[in-house]
Amino acid sequence: MEKKEHIISILVYNKPDVLARIAGTLGGKGYNIESLSVNTTTSYEVSKIIMTTIGNQATITRIENQLRRFVDVIRVDNLTNIESIHREMILVRLNLTEDKKEEIKKNIDTYKWKVIVSADSYVILEITGDKAQNDFAMARLEPLGIADITRTGIVALELES
Amino acid sequence: MKLKGTQILLRILEEEGVDIIFGYPGGTVLDIYDRLHDNKKIRHILVRHEQGAVHAADGYARATGRVGVALVTSGPGATNAVTGIATANMDSIPLVVFTGQVPTGLIGNDAFQECDITGITRPCTKHNFLVRNIEELASTIKEAFHIARSGRPGPVLVDLPKNVMAAEVDYDPKNIKIRNYEVFHKPAPKKMAQILEMLSSAKKPLIMTGGGVILGKAAAELTQLAKQYNIPVTGTLMGIGSFPGDDALWQGMLGMHGTYYANMAVSHCDLLIAVGVRFDDRVTGTIETFATNAKIVQIDIDPSSINKNVVVDLPIIGDTKATLQDLLKFLSEHNYEPVKNQREQWLAQLAAWKKKVPLTYCRSNDIIKPQAVIEKLYEITKGDVIITTEVGQNQMWTAQFFPFAKANTFITSGGLGTMGFGLPAAIGVKSAFPDKQVVDIAGDGSIQMNIQELATAAQYNINVKIVLLNNGYLGMVRQWQELFYKKRYSNTDMTHTPDFVKLAEAYGIAGFRATKPAEVEATLRQGLAVDKPVIMEFVISREECVYPMVRPGASISEMTHDREITN
Repeated sequence: MEKKEHIISILVYNKPDVLARIAGTLGGKGYNIESLSVNTTTSYEVSKIIMTTIGNQATITRIENQLRRFVDVIRVDNLTNIESIHREMILVRLNLTEDKKEEIKKNIDTYKWKVIVSADSYVILEITGDKAQNDFAMARLEPLGIADITRTGIVALELES
Repeated sequence: MKLKGTQILLRILEEEGVDIIFGYPGGTVLDIYDRLHDNKKIRHILVRHEQGAVHAADGYARATGRVGVALVTSGPGATNAVTGIATANMDSIPLVVFTGQVPTGLIGNDAFQECDITGITRPCTKHNFLVRNIEELASTIKEAFHIARSGRPGPVLVDLPKNVMAAEVDYDPKNIKIRNYEVFHKPAPKKMAQILEMLSSAKKPLIMTGGGVILGKAAAELTQLAKQYNIPVTGTLMGIGSFPGDDALWQGMLGMHGTYYANMAVSHCDLLIAVGVRFDDRVTGTIETFATNAKIVQIDIDPSSINKNVVVDLPIIGDTKATLQDLLKFLSEHNYEPVKNQREQWLAQLAAWKKKVPLTYCRSNDIIKPQAVIEKLYEITKGDVIITTEVGQNQMWTAQFFPFAKANTFITSGGLGTMGFGLPAAIGVKSAFPDKQVVDIAGDGSIQMNIQELATAAQYNINVKIVLLNNGYLGMVRQWQELFYKKRYSNTDMTHTPDFVKLAEAYGIAGFRATKPAEVEATLRQGLAVDKPVIMEFVISREECVYPMVRPGASISEMTHDREITN
């Protein structure tokens, strides 16, 4: 069976150890979490976890069933095979060195990157997109000399529930 | 009404019908023990090691089908309990284990006898809680009992900081709310139609019963299904007792030490109805060759057990009892009848396998054979006994040679395989059923792992009977060394064991020893009749092996038999 990336949405009770429980169990069973994003929902009592993991369909089904066993898990949805939108964010600091300065400015204009901090010696950009868009941005950013970077995990939402 | 944490704890335990707690006091649970001192409804059994407390609660739960309760202190008290918790978790046994914890203000400070027990037990509990404030105490304890016994049961740990238990709160039972989590009960009717269709076209059906049938209290339904439609039955170690072991349809246990005919039946059947099993590696042998000729129906309450090891043709997620009731009703409404001569042919084939390689051993008049002791125990007790075992050869011989007739009468650590389980578990069983004969079938290695619990049995006159099969070896490991490591007995020789008869006397209980086959019956009769805890030691043939055996990594249809029998 074909291995691919799956995006799993997990609705959980917002308990202090719920993430440790999920991460610990999946790790203990040998499944790797590729990316993770957690925050509360409209209710502080309930959090949504968006997790991406790689595996074939059988493995992913096992992971989903394992997740459903947790007392603190309310619901599990695999967003991979249903229509959903995905976003992740990059925060990146580029140093405005003499040799790169012009090229950085040109790229910011061309790709319409959002400048959130602009200082004399550096800029901080916020780039949001799906994985493909952000990979594309990464490829453009690397030659410019990345001083520091943070990427979030993927967040995702189904079009209709 | 204002109540302290300790009062709330005991009040809810009473409401939950808890009559016995197995435990061991310590610094952080002093307030609870002080409160327990005046309680008339809950009996506390003081064990000698916290592992023993959890195994005793586990034995109690397995024999009664109710939730077992243990209480231990923080730090080492809690870590000592972990083996017991992991044992219960692997076999899905409902327990609530209360651990003391240092005051909330000290948590994380490496305080005296502090440990992160919820962190440690996260992978080996069904769920666990650290109660952070008095307001959530009542609902947490209620929820712990609900989680332990509902759905696929399991152990729940509740960590109780000392200051929370000493605090006071307005207590109103009407305000206790517990979350309801999703549990599967009944499968869709179309699944029943599918089983009917599969049964109707099957020529060689076989039922495989597992621990889920006992936990789901579905033994009567499973037995009815098999008997009404003349379907032979095999079982996993945990399924033993869910179908009468003396019935002609019973094929014995399957798997690594299963009978030849059970393993042949699985390998040749064309329909396998697996109920409450999880297809453990000790049961299946190599997965690729397991039941290759069969369509497989798997009935289980836990979706994560389905398609985990063996990919099945018809998965049914449901409570075993409710599902089997639905199935029986559906089959009867649709007038299902097996094709008579087809079924007779299949049963004749099973009988032929049984005749070709029966479950047997080389009898001896010179030296005591462990199997002979177990057979004699059955003969004397007529099976009216609850048996616990330790882990290893003693456990496998019991599973093979004692035909258990009823569910909840064979109490053994299957999944985790915990040596030292049998004695404390027997104490738990006997506490629940003081009028029942309760026997721990033990080996000399295992019994020494929790031997200190003899003092518990002696203190409370919990008259458990220990049948000790002493070969002076860690027998099962030695067997593997004999078969797979060229008889290099690295660290399995235990000739230096205590004199068990004197040890029994030292603990204030009775001890008897048999060294010759002629003494077996008299020793058993004497030991079973004494109104005290008893060790009956049988000095058995040292290098006896458990046969048949499927070599690790082999198919269950390829079995090794006792050379002396097959030659």
